Amino acid sequence: MVIECKHVWTYISDYLDGTLSEEIRVTVQKHLEHCELCSAILDSTRNILVLTADDRVFELPVGFSERLHQRLEEELKQKKGS
Amino acid sequence: MTLQEQQGEAELIAAILAGETQLYHDLIRPYERPVYLLALSYMKNETDAEDVTQEAFLKAFRHLSSFRADAKFSTWLISIALNEARGRLRRQTAARTESLDKDPDEEGAVSPALLRDWREIPSEAVERGEIRDLLRKAVETLPEIYREVFLLRDVEELNINETAEALNISVSAVKVRLHRARLMLQKYLAPQLKSVTKPKRRWFAWS
Ligand SMILES: [Zn+2]
Repeated sequence: MVIECKHVWTYISDYLDGTLSEEIRVTVQKHLEHCELCSAILDSTRNILVLTADDRVFELPVGFSERLHQRLEEELKQKKGS
Repeated sequence: MTLQEQQGEAELIAAILAGETQLYHDLIRPYERPVYLLALSYMKNETDAEDVTQEAFLKAFRHLSSFRADAKFSTWLISIALNEARGRLRRQTAARTESLDKDPDEEGAVSPALLRDWREIPSEAVERGEIRDLLRKAVETLPEIYREVFLLRDVEELNINETAEALNISVSAVKVRLHRARLMLQKYLAPQLKSVTKPKRRWFAWS
């Protein structure tokens, strides 16, 4: 089975998650072997997902945790006292 | 999360409800980051996001007795945080109108940025403030329904079912939105990352 590039793009997310059916996975895989366009799109998407998931991209504000637990502590104490 | 961790969590909750309230600090520690990120994605500024996070954890504590033991604490907590963030946004922008007549999941396909080659960008690149800003900006500009799915699934690594449960949407909606979010990010980021990480030519060094 041969598929067009546009078709391959609709499978990118499932391909990366490994949730495609075996038949479609093989078809996509074959297409990727000879299509540099789709390979570059797939590689860049995978790469971008790794980068955006990096803990350093979204950081907690300084002192965030301390302030949160301080506020909770006040509530917890109240609860005990009541 | 392993079964053991889940059992540990259920025991913690039971102990807190039995009066050992101090244990609540331990219960929520793993969720500080995901709840904050979600709040940030709605509020768009750190101060409000921190406020929403605190409120959400307080509410969760006050309502802990209504938590059903067969549910997952993480998804229950995330839905409380979502309600908090949405409620606050609604109050802030009471006048803002959103078109409700179209189903966003029915929109057309997203096309990726077309490239002929891709040079792998290593994780160390995230050390550069410029790259970090670019990535953060890209996620922030995603439409809300895509951004929340992306953050929970790809950044906080909830599985598809947990994401669906937390956002109260179907599993297929999670898949569609996640796919669009990923392609939108690729479309927005690939060309920019490519030019930012291109080896600089010596004679442009002064620019
Ligand atoms: Zn192709």
